[in-house]
Amino acid sequence: MCENCGCTETNQKDDVQKNSIYLPEVAKLTQKKKMTPFDSFFEFQLKDRPLGHLPGQFAEISIPGIGEAPISISSGPSKDNTFEMVIRNVGSVTNAIHALEPGESVGVRGPFGTSFPMNNLKGKNLLFITGGIGLVPARSAILYAMEHRKDYKEFFILFGCKDPSQRLFTDEIENWKKRDDIAFHETVDRKENFPWEGNVGVITTLLPKAEKLDPKETYAIIVGPPVMYKFVIMGLHDLEFPDEHIIVSLERRMKCGVGKCGHCQMDSKYVCQDGPVFYYHDIKHLKEAI
Amino acid sequence: MATERKILKKESLGPLFEKMNAAGKRILAPRKTGEQIRFEPVTSANEIAADFVQSTASAKWAVFPAVEEMLSFRSLDKETKLEAKQSKPQPTVVFGIRPCDAAAFKALHAVFATDYKDDLFLDRWEQITLIGMSCTKADDYCFCTSVGGNPGSTVGSDILLTPLANGDFLAEILTEKGQQLVASLDGLFAAGGSDIDKESLLAKVTPKFDAKQMKAKMDAVFNNEKLWTRQSLRCIGCGACAFVCPSCSCFDIQDERYGGKGQRLRCWDSCGFGLFTLHTSGHNPRHTQAQRWRQRLMHKFSYGPEKYELPGCVGCGRCSRACPTDMNILGHLLEIAEEKL
Repeated sequence: MCENCGCTETNQKDDVQKNSIYLPEVAKLTQKKKMTPFDSFFEFQLKDRPLGHLPGQFAEISIPGIGEAPISISSGPSKDNTFEMVIRNVGSVTNAIHALEPGESVGVRGPFGTSFPMNNLKGKNLLFITGGIGLVPARSAILYAMEHRKDYKEFFILFGCKDPSQRLFTDEIENWKKRDDIAFHETVDRKENFPWEGNVGVITTLLPKAEKLDPKETYAIIVGPPVMYKFVIMGLHDLEFPDEHIIVSLERRMKCGVGKCGHCQMDSKYVCQDGPVFYYHDIKHLKEAI
Repeated sequence: MATERKILKKESLGPLFEKMNAAGKRILAPRKTGEQIRFEPVTSANEIAADFVQSTASAKWAVFPAVEEMLSFRSLDKETKLEAKQSKPQPTVVFGIRPCDAAAFKALHAVFATDYKDDLFLDRWEQITLIGMSCTKADDYCFCTSVGGNPGSTVGSDILLTPLANGDFLAEILTEKGQQLVASLDGLFAAGGSDIDKESLLAKVTPKFDAKQMKAKMDAVFNNEKLWTRQSLRCIGCGACAFVCPSCSCFDIQDERYGGKGQRLRCWDSCGFGLFTLHTSGHNPRHTQAQRWRQRLMHKFSYGPEKYELPGCVGCGRCSRACPTDMNILGHLLEIAEEKL
């Protein structure tokens, strides 16, 4: 595996191919913590190996008898056999995962897909633009960049969610806010009845915070719900970001994770293999992309 | 390898099946049940359907079954044990497969063998030998010659038989697998056939469009929403086209559990279904039937050729024959090919 995770290549193919590509390994749930009314944090532990993922990759998590679902990996590069995910309880598989107690197990296949090209971003400013649970996959790159902080210049994180009850990683966010080598800004679409003193407005209202960044020296990384991309990219264009400096992680329904089943096809690309991380420059001509 | 020609006498057909049976091979051949002709296990040449243009369903399931086990699991106390599929596929001969369907096997192979190796498919693939049967007649739904095939195409077959007027067959031995099978059936294939004008025996299928130009033409009409809406207006999203298609490879993964044990299954799926791309959040990147119809044609005529350098459609015409609302893929393709938009 590539040590400093520079490439957007998938590099685990041979490891995964030792067995049937569809046979999961067993991982134990080691930690579980509620984050919002419907999102929980999970730490899983593989038996024999570190997951060995690159920031931005995903894995297929399954509960035998219920099914399998592609889930983003939220932790930074593996230091031991554990890895972290934040999972929203919305479907049958995620519902079953939420019902697990520590000590119980899941099936894991992966890691799959492309990663954030952290090596190519060295020496540049980083601008993370995240919406809702988009913070979950972005966090794998945020943690990586924090660990290699000296490799990057300015480090901006913009985070928006629907309302204050849907904020994720709130403890970590408090720490990020305190750091003087990271600029963290957040907003909520609606304040509702929550006590909230912060910004109110959609994620694009935070873009002016990044105005001081020279677009030619900055890479923007966007992860959020499908509706967000078009508007954030318009905002970045207003700030004169070149398309080569915009990186997106896209979501599609996936089943196999290995470019066979056809579900995640987006024009001629398979998001599970050619993505989920793309340079916007490479997909802007694809008609089904954004 | 160089093609070798031989003659298979009509009276050798019976012994051919007997010997293959005796050698422990499963034989799949077109059989007629009611109005339907399907590839099913047979033991004798007498069971084969005679005189038909195209089987109702393709022989695709021989390498890619409609439903198959991917793995099994069982729970003991709190532990769940996962097991890869253990049974090895039986050596199988598909007899009487049409040249279009044999070409479709190649298209399927490209999907399942590129990048990650799909062991479920490839285990079956290794055990299969295709004895093709050239077409001596065709109907208005056939368009193999527009997508690189022809009624006597050898692509994909290990042995290709072409019926002769006297009831015998011209046999072309095309691959090592074919050679091995012929060698194992000592003496059933007789010398001869080198002077036969094969072309004159085949059905005439006039090319209607050029598949090589289709990618550019498809890409050019991608944003023509009116076209896709008009073409798909009748589509009820039933997926019949995908289920009879010999080259459709998309699948779903579903678990079934009975008490403490069960299986993970792979099942055919269709891009024509609204659920195919539906996210759990409710967002659907292809939320209209027009988008889904467009995906079907784009996949076969633009994306597939781009990725695998093979057409994703072999012109068998089954989708048009099976469509309950009478959508005709050839008619729709011609609109695009002839730019009658």
